[in-house]
Amino acid sequence: MKKLISIIFLLYVAYHLFVIFYAVPFGSNELASKVGKFYLNHSPKDLNVSNTVTAVVVNFRGFDTLGEVTVLFLASTGLGSILFRRREIHTKLSHLRSSVETSEIIRVAGRILFPLIILLGVYVFVHGHLTPGGGFQGGVIIATGFLLLLLAYRDFTIEHRIITWIESLAGITFVGIGLIGILLEKTFLENFLGTGKLNELLSGGIIPLIYIAIGFKVAAELTGILDTILSISVEKTEN
Amino acid sequence: MNTILIIIVVISAILLIGAAVFAVHKRDLIIATVATSVISLILTFFYFILQAPDVALTEAAIGVALTTIIFIVTIRNTKRFED
Repeated sequence: MKKLISIIFLLYVAYHLFVIFYAVPFGSNELASKVGKFYLNHSPKDLNVSNTVTAVVVNFRGFDTLGEVTVLFLASTGLGSILFRRREIHTKLSHLRSSVETSEIIRVAGRILFPLIILLGVYVFVHGHLTPGGGFQGGVIIATGFLLLLLAYRDFTIEHRIITWIESLAGITFVGIGLIGILLEKTFLENFLGTGKLNELLSGGIIPLIYIAIGFKVAAELTGILDTILSISVEKTEN
Repeated sequence: MNTILIIIVVISAILLIGAAVFAVHKRDLIIATVATSVISLILTFFYFILQAPDVALTEAAIGVALTTIIFIVTIRNTKRFED
């Protein structure tokens, strides 16, 4: 009986979702054409930013981005506070990372690939206002570079104090740029710098600065999360 | 869209659904995790076709790399096979 009711309910919801989305052809932009046109017209003209997604994320909806960064910070802090004590208790047990010696191929390849991955990540978030990508994507790419080193070298450790400093400074930079916007103009995160010329590296006002701060913050947080997760060890249950 | 693109999209959509069903039904959790990362890979391709390269970059970095590694570490610390 319970199953029948839930199936009927799901079919009802599915029918209404289908009716809504059948009216919109696949891939067309009918849902928010007016707002979309506003952004598409104003971001190259007023802000001189060629990547409209970046203009929306950092400038038009900058306050939401601050909220997202805060959510990531809270997740990282919560994970660290739960797992950090566990690591201290189990220091004598075999670590997950150090249980097996990695092969020579992985170590050499990691040493060669690590700077290239870091370079790609920095490129992605510095050019966030010109090409696809931005602070979040670049930060995640940098974190995967550190993940490669963490997997390849078993004695590679990350200093958590430095990571906390980088994270805090990046967050302070983001909020500070927003507060300068209040002082000089009227609203929080107002674009107070000159916007420069379209398709140039130094353009878009505060957008590149904020994206560089977000890139450092995301990279530091995710690297901290990966290091915490990889260095915990629990007594393995028999498989 | 031209015909070749439509054929590629249909084939990868079938692969996507197949990988999802495989991930649900497989008892070995590590293989199921690899199947979920295959789902993310195909989704990256779809986002790219739908002209959303920003979302495609995010999906490639988070869905394929980070989520998979976190799941695999968790599975190694707990149990590999489902009861």
